Amino acid sequence: MSAAPPALEIRELAFAYPDATPALRGIDLLVRPGERVAVLGPNGAGKTTLVLHLNGILRPQQGWIRVGGLPVEGEHLREIRRRVGLVFQDPDDQLFMPTVEDDVAFGPRNLGVEGEELERRVESALAAVGMLDHRDRPPHHLSFGQRRRVAIATVLAMDPEVLVLDEPSSNLDPAGRRELAEVLRPLDVTILMVTHDLPYALELCPRAVVMNEGRIVADGPTRELLADAALMAANRLELPYGFILAPEPSPSGRARTSDTGR
Amino acid sequence: MSGAHAHALYYHEHSPVHRAPAACKLAAHLAFVLIVVATPREAVWAFGAYAVLLVLVGSLARLPLGFALPRLAVELPFVAFALILPFIASGERIEVGGLALSRDGLWGAWNILAKGTLGVGASVIVAATTTLPELVHGLERLRLPRVFTQMAAFMVRYLDVIADELRRMRLARTARAYDPRWLWQARAIAASAGALFIRSFERGERVWLAMVSRGYEGSMPAVGPGAIEARWWVASLAVPGAAGVVCVLAWIGLR
Repeated sequence: MSAAPPALEIRELAFAYPDATPALRGIDLLVRPGERVAVLGPNGAGKTTLVLHLNGILRPQQGWIRVGGLPVEGEHLREIRRRVGLVFQDPDDQLFMPTVEDDVAFGPRNLGVEGEELERRVESALAAVGMLDHRDRPPHHLSFGQRRRVAIATVLAMDPEVLVLDEPSSNLDPAGRRELAEVLRPLDVTILMVTHDLPYALELCPRAVVMNEGRIVADGPTRELLADAALMAANRLELPYGFILAPEPSPSGRARTSDTGR
Repeated sequence: MSGAHAHALYYHEHSPVHRAPAACKLAAHLAFVLIVVATPREAVWAFGAYAVLLVLVGSLARLPLGFALPRLAVELPFVAFALILPFIASGERIEVGGLALSRDGLWGAWNILAKGTLGVGASVIVAATTTLPELVHGLERLRLPRVFTQMAAFMVRYLDVIADELRRMRLARTARAYDPRWLWQARAIAASAGALFIRSFERGERVWLAMVSRGYEGSMPAVGPGAIEARWWVASLAVPGAAGVVCVLAWIGLR
């Protein structure tokens, strides 16, 4: 194993909302740099609550989180928010500036990036998601798939180490879903992807964790978890009708080589 | 609606007026309107000169008359008021086509009509050549307090989103055979207004989360590419400059 600190280290994380509903009941998770991990589980399992802890929007009531060795605590929050890029489910929530370009520049500007460096970051982030030609447009005039890609660019412009995606394939048409996969696959970041789209998890993430009732109940190669009928049924997970797990991984195999390449 | 940047007043074209920075256009517009308002109403020729200026800028922007003229209609309520003035104003009466009209009222009506039309005309030109994001940037450039420009920016961004939401809600009501034509069904309309408010409020919270996630700490970062080239200021302010000369001549002519 490399000497680099884990991209993400979560220990005994517990959290309850003010109405006393426990949302997380002791989460332990270790994600290495460059890994791609899918977070699976039924609605209400605590996935979104977990995501909001990763950049310090919610604070742990018990346990702790480190990102690249840095604890998620008050004095480090700015750096943590640079390192952890959250892409929310509804791009209309994420894109709040009048134009695409302004929105992509928002994060780096908050980090004090200016001038040519800012320009360079905006351009490379938009180029990475294939949206450079739309930089002057208002987000409302983009298609949903384009808006989702711009939402990812807004986070990439902050030069993150961990990209956290909440339901990245939701509401996308099949072509938009494939295009997004093509955007995500070559990115040089650690990815944590919350999703109900199990084939998508299989395609993009060699590793998966299953959450239920605020706990991680399974952690392993995505293919093996999806093949475990008892585990799947116990956690309200179902493959789409007609979907058969092929015995030999082809797309996830590619992702796995890029893992060890780092 | 025309093209990507469309708002209803925008006219898509590539002209020097379209390219001019919004800040210059806004400053020129404000100066022009102030000068027009400061012109004595008796100097009728001056208003003709202003109109010629506007037509020149409009043709430089390649705005078709058929586009610009109907948009002047926003002025109509004020025109209606202006038309009443000659009948209700007091003072010396003069005979016009068998009607005894107030001289002061006639001048008042002319004053409102001429200055209003010129002001609206100038606004139509600025609106037709400037996109909403540019307008917000321009206002920020002109040092309008950030609170206002940011509110305007959020409004620009979310007006369409909220309008879409309203459209979907109306569609859902109609799909369930609801026909909101009668006044006593106002209750359902009020309920959807309430629902819309709640939805927008919740969206506001989610937007805030997204902002905090990207390092927002309570103040928006300054926007704006480099400084505006001086030639744009010179070119834009030439219009109110010319108007200013006309205004001064008008005052001198009255002496």
